[in-house]
Amino acid sequence: MNETPAIELRGINKSFGPVHANKDIDLVVKKGSIHGIIGENGAGKSTLMSILYGFYHADDGDILVNGKKVTIADSKAAIGMGIGMVHQHFMLVDNFSVLENIVLGAEDSAMLAGGLDRARIELKRLEEEYELRVDPDALIQDLPVGLQQRVEILKALYRSAEVLILDEPTGVLTPPEADHLFKILEVLKNEGKTILLITHKLREIMAATDSVSVMRRGEMVATRETRNTSMEELAELMVGRSVLLRVDKKPAVAAEPVMQVENLSVTDQRGVQVVKDVSFSVRAGEIVGIAGVSGNGQSELLETLAGIRRATGGTLRINGETIDLGTSTLDAADMRAKSMGHVPEDRHRMGLINSFAEYENSILGYHRDPAYSSGLLMNIAAIKENAVAEIEKYDIRPPNPMLKTASFSGGNQQKIVLAREIERDPDVLLVGQPTRGVDIGAIEFIHSRLVELRDAGKGILLVSVELDEIRALADRILVMFDGRIVGERGANADEGELGLLMAGVEDQAKMSVEGSAR
Amino acid sequence: MFETLILILDSTVRLSTPLLLACLAGLYSERSGVVDIGLEGKMLGAAFGAGAVAYVTANAWLGLLAGIGVSVALGLLHGFASISNRGNQIVSGVAINFLAAGLTALLGQTWFRQGGRTPALPEGGRFRDIVWPYAEQLRDVPVIGPLYSELLSGHNILVYAGFIAVPLTWWVLFRTRFGLRLRAVGENPAAVDTAGISVAWLRYRAVIACGILCGFAGAYLSIAQGAGFGVNMTAGKGFIALAALIFAKWRPASAMFACLLFGFLDAVAIRMQGQEVPGIGEIPVQFFQALPYILTVILLAGFIGKAVPPKAAGIPYLKERS
Repeated sequence: MNETPAIELRGINKSFGPVHANKDIDLVVKKGSIHGIIGENGAGKSTLMSILYGFYHADDGDILVNGKKVTIADSKAAIGMGIGMVHQHFMLVDNFSVLENIVLGAEDSAMLAGGLDRARIELKRLEEEYELRVDPDALIQDLPVGLQQRVEILKALYRSAEVLILDEPTGVLTPPEADHLFKILEVLKNEGKTILLITHKLREIMAATDSVSVMRRGEMVATRETRNTSMEELAELMVGRSVLLRVDKKPAVAAEPVMQVENLSVTDQRGVQVVKDVSFSVRAGEIVGIAGVSGNGQSELLETLAGIRRATGGTLRINGETIDLGTSTLDAADMRAKSMGHVPEDRHRMGLINSFAEYENSILGYHRDPAYSSGLLMNIAAIKENAVAEIEKYDIRPPNPMLKTASFSGGNQQKIVLAREIERDPDVLLVGQPTRGVDIGAIEFIHSRLVELRDAGKGILLVSVELDEIRALADRILVMFDGRIVGERGANADEGELGLLMAGVEDQAKMSVEGSAR
Repeated sequence: MFETLILILDSTVRLSTPLLLACLAGLYSERSGVVDIGLEGKMLGAAFGAGAVAYVTANAWLGLLAGIGVSVALGLLHGFASISNRGNQIVSGVAINFLAAGLTALLGQTWFRQGGRTPALPEGGRFRDIVWPYAEQLRDVPVIGPLYSELLSGHNILVYAGFIAVPLTWWVLFRTRFGLRLRAVGENPAAVDTAGISVAWLRYRAVIACGILCGFAGAYLSIAQGAGFGVNMTAGKGFIALAALIFAKWRPASAMFACLLFGFLDAVAIRMQGQEVPGIGEIPVQFFQALPYILTVILLAGFIGKAVPPKAAGIPYLKERS
């Protein structure tokens, strides 16, 4: 079989500013196959597919469609070459009907009527051929997400796509909807279509694909025939063993629990339960790490404990005081007052106001503290004095409290947040993604600060999608998947094993969640 | 009594026309996701351009063309700032209003030396009222007579253009490919982009359509309704048109009714000037002038439900991450 591949990519490179999202990517996709691309969030999968779909332009590299070298200037060109894409966030107009969405950009003529009539007939044919039933006159906003996705697939088929890219198609689907989607993909494949399935879920790769390529940190690290590989191998390839973060630390001397969470459940704004009956504790003098692929409830867990998000049920015991989180109205300031510091996951959105000066940011959230405020006026002198001290202690550069935080590098911004929270001497520190977008030097500094805080007898709850970071810092590791804690491991847990847990593979070996409050 | 009503309705039509033209102009722009607070400025610029050219050439049609030209140019400026350079659409619109207010007065004074006004139009420089066939003969027929000869007949061509633009806009918006794409780009530009359509070019065309209609509106003021340009002669009509647009929830037919209502209030205000209302006394004219705004606020606050603007209105479209 030396058939020309449907799609071939050679040496694709793409950078967004300093972020090298795709490095020298090669990829061959066989005609009439389902090809999976797997990798962690941020590995560069979506960027690569957007390049193939003409949404972004590669900095360099070649794209071959059916063996012919092509330039894909925009999505129109991609569509013209028979490439269709179902985006992770649907590209639909909410207050349009299904029919209008399908013809958008593929109207036959300047008048709509003819095109709409033809689309209605064509849609009927596609519906029957692929069993993709949907009411053409329904408004998108009235359809459940599963059907919205179906409309996206129909959109591509209507444009006679031969290659269909699906970007994280199951992220918004319930398991039965996902199973149905895979059946549809199977039908499409049997009709001769080529399918590229982007996902970070190992199970889906194993269930649905013929071959699979693994991406990690912008690089294509391996391609396998699905039947010749295993979840274990893929997990290892996905997580990688390249960078080994080493943190000097003595074994934890953990004392009594300072924070206990019991049966916490959280529902997000869409009404989906994102944290499901989670219980754990953090003891004084230990770092508890929560590992997991992002989007499995860690962010919501952290925000709920910080008082930013409301829980539907559960209790929090902190310093002997018990709070019913299901009914509490405590906000972020109240939680801070209970000696719980919070380094939010996204420092730009929650941690800092980037147009404020460094010294103003250095007390954000503590601005009602009598040391900084008389209630009416801010005590600017005291705030600046504090800022200068923190700048020195945390080696924040440039050492200028008057500078807007937007002018600091990511690492120094993170140090500003960290200094603010640690210097208030909290009993418990909630830390989210402490080193996201931070340079190596600052990573080491931030890690050693956290260990110091631990050794000072404080409890730390660390949420990170960087498995290396969790393994380097945490004394105990909890793995979250689909809103639940699916396993607990010690500090020296095996990476592959953690990877499997994170991918939601059932943990037959040793489910030991009860060990948390020993 | 019937006579009075017909007279008020007649002037309602005349007063609504510039609002209607500007309102439909705004509809094209905002449906595409470009908020246009510069309707006022474009109208004013167009009124000046029309007045000046109509005076010099003694040709109303050339005046109209000049008005459209000025208005489209200002619209393209707005587009350049807010589509190409992704600037803040409100700031750009406000800038256009200031620019037009200052520039028209300055150029008017420099060219014509009449305190910023353009000189009275010569014969042929102004759109004349069109008398429909048999209007004179039918005048004395009860009810139908006055309706036909006062209300329908006897307006200038721009009035008819304004009211024809309503079904035309509806048709463009809901029955053509351009309209489908226009509505889509105002709701979800990313969907348009991934469908292989240029977001920028689509929005530019919307902004040009807006400029053309604003040109009609401005020309109406200076060379149809009026007989020359006067300093700041739009007097806030662009903003009332904007209020009418929100009031009408960005729909063409509703826009017409909103503009007729506001025009009606204006007509009543003129009628009531200096007249005693039994039991209340003389109502200050400012009250009627404020009514459109008060009405918009009150009705939007609870009576007609929420006016949801096109989802992407006011947000510059950014594709590449940076």
